[in-house]
Amino acid sequence: MVKKIAGKLYVSLIILFLYAPILVLIVLSFNKSKSRNKWGGFTLEWYQSLFKNDDIMTALYTTLIIAFLSAIIATIIGTAASIGMNSMKKVPRTIMMGVTNIPMLNADIVTGISLMLLFVAVNYTLGFSSVLLAHITFNIPYVILSVMPRLKQTNKNTYEAALDLGASPMKAFFKVVFPDIMPGVISGFMLAFTMSLDDFIITHFTRGAGVNTLSTKIYAETRKGIKPEMYALSTLLFVSVLLLLVIINRRNDSISKKRSM
Amino acid sequence: MKKKLSLILSLVLTCSLMLTGCGKSNGNSDNSGDNQLYVYNWGEYIDPEVIDMFEEETGIKVIYNEFEQNEDMYPIIKTGAVNYDVVCPSDYMIEKMISEDMLYELNYDNIPNIANIDETYLKSAEGFDPGNKYSVPYCWGTVGILYNKTMVDEPITSWGALFDEKYSGKILMMDSVRDAYMIALTYLGYDLNSTDEAQIDEATDLLKSQYPLIQAYVIDQVRDKMIGNEAALGVIYSGEAIYTQRENPDLEYVVPEEGSNVWIDGWVIPKNAKNKENAEAWINFMCREDIALLNFEYITYSTPNAAARELIEDEDIKNSEIAFPDASILSRCKTYNYLGEDMDTLYLNKFNEVKY
Amino acid sequence: MSNENPLRNEIVTEEKKTKKKKDSASTLGKSKTLLATPYGLWMAAFIIIPLILVLYYGLTDGNGNFTLDNLSLIANPINRKALWLSLKLSLISTAICLLLAYPLALVLKSMKLKDNSFIVMVVILPMWMNFLLRTIAWQNILEKNGVINTILEALHLPALNIINTPTAIVLGMVYNFLPFMILPIYNTLAKIDDNVINAARDLGANGWVTFKRVIFPLSMPGVISGITMVFVPSLTTFAISTILGGSKIVLIGNIIEQQFQKLGNWNTGSGLSIVLMIFILVSMTLVAKYDKDSEGTNAW
Repeated sequence: MVKKIAGKLYVSLIILFLYAPILVLIVLSFNKSKSRNKWGGFTLEWYQSLFKNDDIMTALYTTLIIAFLSAIIATIIGTAASIGMNSMKKVPRTIMMGVTNIPMLNADIVTGISLMLLFVAVNYTLGFSSVLLAHITFNIPYVILSVMPRLKQTNKNTYEAALDLGASPMKAFFKVVFPDIMPGVISGFMLAFTMSLDDFIITHFTRGAGVNTLSTKIYAETRKGIKPEMYALSTLLFVSVLLLLVIINRRNDSISKKRSM
Repeated sequence: MKKKLSLILSLVLTCSLMLTGCGKSNGNSDNSGDNQLYVYNWGEYIDPEVIDMFEEETGIKVIYNEFEQNEDMYPIIKTGAVNYDVVCPSDYMIEKMISEDMLYELNYDNIPNIANIDETYLKSAEGFDPGNKYSVPYCWGTVGILYNKTMVDEPITSWGALFDEKYSGKILMMDSVRDAYMIALTYLGYDLNSTDEAQIDEATDLLKSQYPLIQAYVIDQVRDKMIGNEAALGVIYSGEAIYTQRENPDLEYVVPEEGSNVWIDGWVIPKNAKNKENAEAWINFMCREDIALLNFEYITYSTPNAAARELIEDEDIKNSEIAFPDASILSRCKTYNYLGEDMDTLYLNKFNEVKY
Repeated sequence: MSNENPLRNEIVTEEKKTKKKKDSASTLGKSKTLLATPYGLWMAAFIIIPLILVLYYGLTDGNGNFTLDNLSLIANPINRKALWLSLKLSLISTAICLLLAYPLALVLKSMKLKDNSFIVMVVILPMWMNFLLRTIAWQNILEKNGVINTILEALHLPALNIINTPTAIVLGMVYNFLPFMILPIYNTLAKIDDNVINAARDLGANGWVTFKRVIFPLSMPGVISGITMVFVPSLTTFAISTILGGSKIVLIGNIIEQQFQKLGNWNTGSGLSIVLMIFILVSMTLVAKYDKDSEGTNAW
């Protein structure tokens, strides 16, 4: 019992640690003063001006589209690659894993500039698509690093048993292996989505004119001071995802309760 | 059968590639059209309304992007990754771009509003663009000390305060190589564009002795930290000083008596621009007094536009020593010159040595 | 397949017993390998070619002549110290992340939540607020007149002075990269069958032995992934040391960033990146080797 309480306390502490800065940002979104170090009174002004600001809204849209597309594509390519690599011989697999880590090893600026040079060299017009390609590239390693451990744990026998029992490889894969690695795939997708949301430097060097993401906007604002609209937007994004989570969780709970009945 | 899966996957891949290929039209593949203008400017460096007004009045469609620092902008223009028509770099960067033959000469027949720009600033701009052939000043400012009146014993007048042990732990130093060395060199009585290694070494020693006194090296963070009473002294650009004073009345800005840097950001047209005339229309528009006024009120960095200054209604701002320092202060200030790659490397290595 | 974990060992021996099965497995393996093809092509286009560009810049001078000067710059005392400090700080951060994340993952596993993705979301959600904004928010928390010190003052406790010190940098690294450690470890732990643990208990192993001989080895792939995803970005970061370290400490990430962003010197920047890359590759290989060794001794 004591162990259980200690465990819960520990989880709460870590969550507090992870969410402390978020709380600060939420408070700042209601701050009348533009300065983060001065409380100028409570205001909803930033939320109002946020929705009137087409630039931010377009940037939000671009950011989400790029994050979603790049995460989906990276998840597909990365999961397939993990399965492929897992059944490779040791040497080629080690080489491929090594190459996989390169986009992570490189400082972002190196990846960004080298990708820009690549696009310029093949005369590929920089724009939305070049940003997407770049994001897929740096997202794939996160997917592979999430799927691989799970895949290594997967028991090959069940897959073969399914085959022996007459399932097609396709069916055997989706019925047996895939559910097993699903948690890895999900966290890979989420990590990829997150990395894409956050990226600034690579986006900066691979974007064309008129392409803005929230990150490029926030970084461009640093010299003149970050506008509280950005805090407001982050807060909204955060709260809506949180609500969604709670709703889904509730529903899952009730479904599983019904089932157990 | 397994092959089928990989087939499907590669099919998905191809589809997605094709899909992204369609995104190409979002790019700038057709920016040679008459009615477009690709603008590349600092973040938060224009009143967004001004862009709409320009589009309405001229019928030119503006595609507007922002950068965070000169060095982020430079490779994009240099490699021709995106063909921007009009860009707003700082003084030393303009000089560098001129020296690398990256800029078009301006056709002043298309920029009659240049008459609104104060002669003083055009003259200052000649420091990096002799004859004002390539650039038109947009914003300018000085570098100085922002101090908290309640935390210092006497009015600050000299860079020396930044090297004073009694303010140990309460000093925010500029985390930019040239600005840090400008302070040290000027305090020692040398030229802020010095290329003399002995002088630079002397400045390095001074900065090293300052290191233990420093709370933090900052650039953008100085604003908020000073407003929040985190430090007594901070180095800041004049354009930020008015805003910080508004938020915290205890703060005071001074351009030290030894002299300082005056910086100018100006509009230029890169050689790979596709719409030069539209770019000149843009520059002309930016020089119009009402537009310059709108921008000044939005970004609060000093405008070189004399006609616009006349239009400022708030007498305090109009006569503000910070926004428009008088000639005696300006005569102490100099612009940075581009010192070449080798000197830049030397300065940077020395500055890293300071933090060693 | 190699001896990735004890379970697998068993599988491998199992496979060897029936030759027929082994054959079918290898043909299956081959066609499965094909799944990596799209990624292989992608790698060639978007990783290998840019890498060659980096190598080209790193191994030439401004005029395109071959040189090793850019690489040997790492030996310069300032850069060497920066690398050393970065290594130290990122190793500390990685260790702290591991120490925080592993027990957390164990507790989460013991809670037996039905929905895995819920935990994933809770851990990842903070990262949906922009990195820069979050790091700046930490300033608010840690500063002299910040949140923590205001609370401490109200309680008449001595002030906490870690802003602009290496401690603050480590805190920033741990904060930013902790989710990358939690997720893979939790994923692998959640997969371990309770029956395996119970079996070990039944065979007389106490809690610690069960952990050491059964749970930990089985979670090793997740630990390795986590270490990679925390160590590598902490080693190359520059924003955290600028914002939370008050820029008083120069890390290797700052040096590389300066070469590109301040000097526009792509040759030196690339050269130093190559050195860093080699460095990371070597250390990751060591980790992977340790991984294999530890498994070898744990054949239960």
